[in-house]
Amino acid sequence: MTTQPPESFLELRDLRIHFPTEDGLVKSVDGLSYKLERGKTLGIVGESGSGKSVTSLGILGLHKGGNAKISGEIWLDGEELVSASADHVRTLRGKKMAMIFQDPLSSMHPFYSVGAQIVEAYRIHNRVSKAVARKHAIDMLGRVGIPQPDRRVDDYPHQFSGGMRQRAMIAMALSCDPELLIADEPTTALDVTVQAQILDLMTDLQREFNSALIIITHDLGVVAELSDDILVMYGGKCVEYGTAEDIFYRPEHPYTWGLLGSMPRLDREPTERLLPIKGTPPSLINVPSGCAFNPRCAFAGRTDGKATSQVPDLLETEGGHLVRCHMPRAERRSIWDNEIKPMLEST
Amino acid sequence: MVAFIVRRVIAAVLMLAVVSMATFAIFFLIPRALGQTPEGMASRYVGRDATPEAIQGAVKRLHLDDPLLVQYGRFAKGIVAGQDYSLGPKKAECPAPCFGFSFNNNQPVWPTLLDRLPATLSLAVGAAVLWLVAGVSIGVISALKRGTLLDRAAMTVALAGVSLPIYFTGLVSLAVFAYTLGIFPGGGSYTPITVNPIMWFQALVLPWISLAFLYAALYARLTRAGMLETMGEDYIRTARAKGLKERTVVTRHALRATLTPILTIFGLDLGLLLGGAVLTESTFSIQGIGKLVIDAIRGNDLPVVLGVTLFAAFFIVLANLIVDILYAVVDPRVRLS
Amino acid sequence: MRKTNVLALAALGTVLTMGLAACGGTAGGGGNTSSGNNNSSTGGGDASAAKHNDAYTKVVNPSDAKGGTLKFALTDEPDSMDPGNTYYAWNWNFSRLYSRPLMTYTPKPGPEGLKLVPDLAEAPGEVSADGKTWTYKLKKGIKYDDGTEVKATDVKYAIARSNFTDELTDGPKYFAQYLDAGDYKGPYKDKNLDDFKGIETPDDYTVVFKLKAPFSEFDFLVANPQSAPVPQAKDTGVDYEKAVASTGPYKFESYEVGKQLNLVRNPNWDQATDTTRKQLPDRIEVQFKQNAEDIDNRLIAGQIHVDLGGTGLQPAGRAKVVSNPQLKDSTDNPFTPFNRYAMMSTKVAPFDNIDCRKAVQYAIDKTATQAPWGGPLGGDIGTTAMTPTTVGYKPFDLYPNGADHKGDLAKAKEALTACGHPDGFSTNVAVRGDRTKEVQVAEALQASLARVGIKLTIKKYPSGDWSAQYAGKPDFVHKNNLGIMIAGWGSDWPSGFGFLSQIVDGRAIKPSGNYNMMELNDPSINELLDKGIQTADAAQRNEIWAQVDQKVMESAAFTSFVYEKTLIFRPASLTDAYVHSAWGMYDYTWLGVKQ
Repeated sequence: MTTQPPESFLELRDLRIHFPTEDGLVKSVDGLSYKLERGKTLGIVGESGSGKSVTSLGILGLHKGGNAKISGEIWLDGEELVSASADHVRTLRGKKMAMIFQDPLSSMHPFYSVGAQIVEAYRIHNRVSKAVARKHAIDMLGRVGIPQPDRRVDDYPHQFSGGMRQRAMIAMALSCDPELLIADEPTTALDVTVQAQILDLMTDLQREFNSALIIITHDLGVVAELSDDILVMYGGKCVEYGTAEDIFYRPEHPYTWGLLGSMPRLDREPTERLLPIKGTPPSLINVPSGCAFNPRCAFAGRTDGKATSQVPDLLETEGGHLVRCHMPRAERRSIWDNEIKPMLEST
Repeated sequence: MVAFIVRRVIAAVLMLAVVSMATFAIFFLIPRALGQTPEGMASRYVGRDATPEAIQGAVKRLHLDDPLLVQYGRFAKGIVAGQDYSLGPKKAECPAPCFGFSFNNNQPVWPTLLDRLPATLSLAVGAAVLWLVAGVSIGVISALKRGTLLDRAAMTVALAGVSLPIYFTGLVSLAVFAYTLGIFPGGGSYTPITVNPIMWFQALVLPWISLAFLYAALYARLTRAGMLETMGEDYIRTARAKGLKERTVVTRHALRATLTPILTIFGLDLGLLLGGAVLTESTFSIQGIGKLVIDAIRGNDLPVVLGVTLFAAFFIVLANLIVDILYAVVDPRVRLS
Repeated sequence: MRKTNVLALAALGTVLTMGLAACGGTAGGGGNTSSGNNNSSTGGGDASAAKHNDAYTKVVNPSDAKGGTLKFALTDEPDSMDPGNTYYAWNWNFSRLYSRPLMTYTPKPGPEGLKLVPDLAEAPGEVSADGKTWTYKLKKGIKYDDGTEVKATDVKYAIARSNFTDELTDGPKYFAQYLDAGDYKGPYKDKNLDDFKGIETPDDYTVVFKLKAPFSEFDFLVANPQSAPVPQAKDTGVDYEKAVASTGPYKFESYEVGKQLNLVRNPNWDQATDTTRKQLPDRIEVQFKQNAEDIDNRLIAGQIHVDLGGTGLQPAGRAKVVSNPQLKDSTDNPFTPFNRYAMMSTKVAPFDNIDCRKAVQYAIDKTATQAPWGGPLGGDIGTTAMTPTTVGYKPFDLYPNGADHKGDLAKAKEALTACGHPDGFSTNVAVRGDRTKEVQVAEALQASLARVGIKLTIKKYPSGDWSAQYAGKPDFVHKNNLGIMIAGWGSDWPSGFGFLSQIVDGRAIKPSGNYNMMELNDPSINELLDKGIQTADAAQRNEIWAQVDQKVMESAAFTSFVYEKTLIFRPASLTDAYVHSAWGMYDYTWLGVKQ
């Protein structure tokens, strides 16, 4: 195991998070590595169950003390977190790294006012009086665009609209100026206009705080504009990694093509899918042999049978663009250029 | 809020009226419908082998031959305006609220109820504190240590507690701690707190534990289940993600949500108990409301049964009201309307 | 009377002795007593070596040491602590601690205890030639606890209030039944006591009872606590129980109805006027409504001294005591006044045929019907209507049903053939469904009669209305073909008349509340009862009761399961304890406590 501190702000090295269950070992995250710098945004995309949320909870150390088996390394600002004590990681949570959760209604305590929950978050890491913390909470609510924050600070989560609640959630996460912000499906529960507002807000704030941002989503559209890099996860593994440009203009993995095809666009009927991904996400206990994606892959036949017998490696195609696929690079390019891309553009 | 309480109080009074009518019907209407005569009923309240004259006397004295509505009316009027009762050479006055006089020992019901209340109150409140603290603590620990030996042991004991009847645990505890070891006084030793607080305490330790054991077991299971559910909630994850210490997560966030429904049940249980902890009071010979009513039922002592029923119903209604108000205070999502 | 009672008591004594002497009681004797086990080698032992049943024949822990607190506990609450308004047997014993009737029972164990001695009276009643006037002279100088002297009118008033008012309903009404009082309305409606003609008080120390008809056992009636004096000024009717004017060695200190009664010494009681009571403890405390099992445990642990009800240990306590010889030595096993029996309705076919009744008599397995009462400790197998502690009792067995009372099936078959049902018949047995023991007896009866083809269907009725609505209502009995009814009877005074008059007198059959459930209406029995109660000579009288018993049993309509016994516990700290035959309990007026 290398224990050399990386130069990156955040670096994951071969992270594995496995959960023993009565039915077998669930390999939620199975050998994930990536890097992220301050001020940069990483989008992690995948279906539910692909391990994207588990990874971020792993970074926050929220699996510690549970029954998860974690190996690999998580380096944050020069500190290794997998081997760090639970209590130490706890002191980093909220302060150094913070998380915005998916459903703000269920993610905020129903019995405490929004203000009280922000105050609590703030006072964990800042030794200030309640009054000061309350001013800070009002300030934060104002900064995330909640009107009349001094009045709404005492309201309860159920009294907020969905968008406002998500803003409050963001205010709470940002209350201690975290250097790493993880947003897990931050806009899923919101309608489209509010989605855009929230995403704008997050990027604005990221710029303001110069923090590293990880946006987790199943929807490539969400990360399209604000991500520097995009990581596509499938079955607990990274199947394609690259810059936003790589992923959107030169995607090489059939799964990524599927995701691109599934992107809702304003110019299409929402139900119309150009390149639907057939089947269901793989079992994380009995992972399909060979390439985990092979049962759903339209191109599995073009791998000389390796798709079902051999786990493909994550290999660099060019300039940091990584792909995990048995098909030769030329063929992937050719399929994209000749078959997929025209189909996506044909309207 | 005020309107809410007023409405609930009116509803409560109506409910008490219905309860009294139902009880009245059970003891008067149904026997009559089944062919019971006033004399047949009166024969229960006179001596063995009574002469027809004595039975007639009892019929007259207890007004058993009046139409049922008149009997009920007299009862209802007594509550509001009081009533008189012939002791023989003179009449006894029973000021409002008069729930009548015991058919069996001629004592006015209301003062008897008030006399028995402190014992029941002492028993119920003491046990309630005990079972709430013990049950919730065990439940929380069990939930947090889920699957460990500690959890399994606690839940086994809890199962035993739920399954074992009080007259068993009570008698066993008396046999061991009172009659063999002599640590605590035996049955029938309840002393009012106003008379001797130390003896009051000593005499109640075993009843408290016996009664609390049953409920603590129940509450431990409830708390554990609630706690396990709550600990899986998203907002607990949020609390942890803020960097809160686990203890704070459990106490401030998880427990608060878990306890709310438990407090509701607690209020109702306590309200129910104030109407008499029949088994515990019988086992330990504590002269409380429960002992009073079980003996009254055995002796067909309608006025006492009626009085206790109303008394108990009152406590349940009151407990409901308090629980509803408290719930609104605890859970901001609930609004009284 | 005292003199002549001896003969009858001798009969009783025989039975007791038989019981005490033998374990293998012979059929034909009333005995079969296995529990009366008195080991003569320890007879002279000191208090600490008291054996099982010792208090039945002698005073255990005899002591005149004064002081201490005597603690009683009761599962129930009394109907009333008012001596004039109670029908509980224990209370007729207990109330003597604070009230003195005209007569009471001799304070001695064994059959001697059934003799009456004067209490408030100077001597037993003097009866007029026509047998209708009984005169008692009061002892002089007997005072209430407030120091005022007892007057003859107080006795008159006591009986007027307890027998002639609507309010005091709990006690018996024998005086109303036997006194020639016209249509007297009672002292609550008619404040002038002179209107009560049933009793005259020619002076302050003379009470004269005027009877409708001769009643030779009147001394027994005035041994009831109802004859204890009540000053009219102090009478508060049903509330009088809270502050009884005491004439006995103790007086009320406090009484919380249904909870607790505390008695303290009555300084105005004078031992010189009282030959039957003692005044040993400083105070007496009674807790009511105590848990029955817990009472046993507290007794055994020595935390209380007496189970006031005198009904004995509960099954759990009984099992504990019986299995431990030391504990068993602290128990006594006296007869209660109760006979537990079945009556066969002479009006319900086929029991209208005496041979069918006899078939039942022979077929019963009486060891099986004895078992539910607790086996030999719960009672001796009975063969008569009267019980062994009834004056006039003579043991006999008209229907010897085999060795060990397990039934004589051959004779039962013979009887069945004689009654025209050689293969048996079907009938119903009525039982109080909420009385577990009686239901078990019905089941045992069912099983034993099935052996000769008599099929019983058990019909359960609630005990509350048992006599008013069901078994005590002949119409109901006939309509529902209740061939057999399981019941029990305890007399109000221990004589043949006291025991038999209600249950065998054909003229006592009532349309409701009837206790002669077999509807036995034999003119010769009715005449004997009349003759007996008018017979002044006690020996002759008791002979008549025995004849009545014989005739009742000849009818074959009555079959006794057991002469009931209880197993009562006396803690080592209890002194001066003996079982009084009149109650089958310890004499509560004698008890003391070790300190």
